[in-house]
Amino acid sequence: MVEQVRKLLEKRVESVAELEKLRQSIVDKKDSSRTCISVCGGTACRAAGSEAVVDAFIDEIEKRELQVQVEMKETGCHGFCERGPLVVIEPKKIFYQQVKPEDVTEIIAETVLGGKVVERLLYVDPVTSQKITYEPDVPFYKRQTRTIFGANGEIDPTNIEDYIASGGYSALSKVLTGMKPQQIIDEIKKSGLRGRGGGGFPTGRKWQSCRDAKADIKYVICNADEGDPGAYQDRSLLEGNPHSVLEGMIIGAYVIGSHHGYIYVRNEYPLAVRHARIAIEQAMDYGLLGENIMGSGFDFTVTINKGGGAFVCGESSALMASLEGKIGEPKAKYVHMSEKGLWDSPSLLNNVKTWANISLIINKGADWYSKIGTAGSKGTMIFSLVGNINNTGLVEVPMGITLREMIFDIGGGIPNGKKFKAVQTGGPSGGCIPEQFLDTPVDFDELTKLGSMMGSGGMIVMDEDTCMVDVAKYFVEFLKGESCGKCTPCREGINRMSEILSGITRGKGKREDLDTLEDLAGILSAGALCALGQTAANPVLSTLRYFRDEYLAHIDEKKCPAGICRELIQYSIDPEKCQGCLRCLRACPTGAITGEKREAHTLNRGLCIKCGACYDVCKFNAVIRQ
Amino acid sequence: MDLTLDFPKVKAIVESSTEKVDSLIDSYAGNKEQLISLLQDIQAEFNYLPQDVLVKVSQKLDIPLSQVFSVVTFFRAFTLKPRGRHLVTVCLGTACHVKGGSRLVEKVERDYGIKPGDTTEDMRFTLETVNCLGCCALGPVVVVDGKYESKMNPDKLDRVLRGYK
Repeated sequence: MVEQVRKLLEKRVESVAELEKLRQSIVDKKDSSRTCISVCGGTACRAAGSEAVVDAFIDEIEKRELQVQVEMKETGCHGFCERGPLVVIEPKKIFYQQVKPEDVTEIIAETVLGGKVVERLLYVDPVTSQKITYEPDVPFYKRQTRTIFGANGEIDPTNIEDYIASGGYSALSKVLTGMKPQQIIDEIKKSGLRGRGGGGFPTGRKWQSCRDAKADIKYVICNADEGDPGAYQDRSLLEGNPHSVLEGMIIGAYVIGSHHGYIYVRNEYPLAVRHARIAIEQAMDYGLLGENIMGSGFDFTVTINKGGGAFVCGESSALMASLEGKIGEPKAKYVHMSEKGLWDSPSLLNNVKTWANISLIINKGADWYSKIGTAGSKGTMIFSLVGNINNTGLVEVPMGITLREMIFDIGGGIPNGKKFKAVQTGGPSGGCIPEQFLDTPVDFDELTKLGSMMGSGGMIVMDEDTCMVDVAKYFVEFLKGESCGKCTPCREGINRMSEILSGITRGKGKREDLDTLEDLAGILSAGALCALGQTAANPVLSTLRYFRDEYLAHIDEKKCPAGICRELIQYSIDPEKCQGCLRCLRACPTGAITGEKREAHTLNRGLCIKCGACYDVCKFNAVIRQ
Repeated sequence: MDLTLDFPKVKAIVESSTEKVDSLIDSYAGNKEQLISLLQDIQAEFNYLPQDVLVKVSQKLDIPLSQVFSVVTFFRAFTLKPRGRHLVTVCLGTACHVKGGSRLVEKVERDYGIKPGDTTEDMRFTLETVNCLGCCALGPVVVVDGKYESKMNPDKLDRVLRGYK
């Protein structure tokens, strides 16, 4: 016990000078020429089997007694999820993709010991068909500006010393020793940082009003309730670099004079919860969190709260209600949360990415920061580029990059030779942007002008086989389930929109329905209590604006051009192409397909439930969907 | 409200775990605002929220039972129905949706006769949907008992589910 206490006390950083000493000693211990095998341990790579790869490396290293020469590290998400599990061999950054446990022996023998590259594990650029050896040369990474997300692939998120070695907590020491709270706010204001959670509210102004609010107790909150479907950058950041988020929160707390903070994180993100918890414990042990932080006399603690799985809790007042143990219903915000929030105390709530930006601004200065981005949107943004796209993953780019560069240069375009149709940004509050706007620079204001929004950074690419009416219906159904039901426009309005859209996709739509949808949209944006309802019509309005012909095809011709809406399509078998292989016959759940081996099959439409199983299994394109 | 349990076996489990329930509730030391976290812990223990446990929570934390139920029924994460031996979660996030996630739900509905939220009569499977698991690169994704099954189609899902008895 005494021994444990003594060890704990030894770890504690009592001053800024001690932190620098600690940093130096960690850096000195590291041999930069030593081989380091870093395996991506993000959720997607884990799902693809990275844990077995890590175990295989550990076994192999032990078997060959290489513990001294070789360091093994499980890092946070590298971003290129499409190609996981990812392995990077430092210091040269040799990049292996889709690595399996059986590849490990070869990697150790050939690359680590032999200095040679295992060709078959390299990434092949689909455009040039060339093999790429080093991670920074992969086109997916090459065009990114990874100021916040870059460290994810380099540090072990469960080891605070990795973060400290990379310069971590230096912004906090700068703040605690030399900056007055107002000076920090001025710097944030000058940087032009806007909230990364969706709304894009100027962060400096929010901090100012929370600092100016008079109260004995104030709170700092990190919003990690990332509910937008198709967005997962907050999770990856909290999983992969939790200390960068914590450091931002401590600085925020120091500025407004708060002594307690919360991280509100989705229950569906168990790894993020675990890593955030470890980070808090380690920061406490090192005296970077808790009482008398770095000997400055400033106290701050952080608690993790797991969300209950309600989308509306991403809204600040609903989130705070949920933190209080109540149901997550939003309040009318006559008074800002920064003045009267959690338990009626002034509360500073920012998104995960916003918090992670803070130490960067403090360290490098507002002038440096504001050089990145556009006039109204500064810095970088992390997007999750998903859907019908070749390179699925997380992408950090400067604000102002065009959609075309994102989708075609970084994302590698649309798979299977299909045509691009639309890109959906901003989650259920955003909209669908068609091809003619692909050269639009991506920032808060430009996306809003197009009837969409930045949101949390989800970017879902859709190809020609996507039905835009179905997409609108999908989002409305989503919001129908997630509306808390407190205010009438949202509760009733979304339900009516859902009924109308569902009618249109079943061939029961009328032209007047489109006017009703637009009316309902107006009522929602004017009358709903919170942003969920106010923006709920965006997916409908933007698809109506850009893809009206598709709505009309459903209404007038009773046809779904993309072949998605079940009630409007028919399946049949082309007797010319059918080889009589029996695959579809076996796959059909209702026995609607009959025929003999090596003879063309027939499909009985009376029995067909249009599940598409035959379409999926046919290898000869003989199943026709129209 | 009838607070008796429908499942005698489950009742036996809950009764034998009274100590566990007490220690879970006590670990929050009467902290009313930690209700959601407490409920999450209880659900992790039993796989669902048994009603008599909720009554206990209400009494021990001095929160009206109506408020406990309003929280339980508001959040998606909570369920009042016992779950089956295997939990099948189909992701219906946007990326999985455009890649055909809803057809996987239909497949399970058809083959096992259950809708999302339901459990098969033999308690083999509970079907649930989720709005995004954040592994969009692997979509459509289905999670069975915590194991991620990536790039699924109805045929593959069928083969996966046959492996769970």
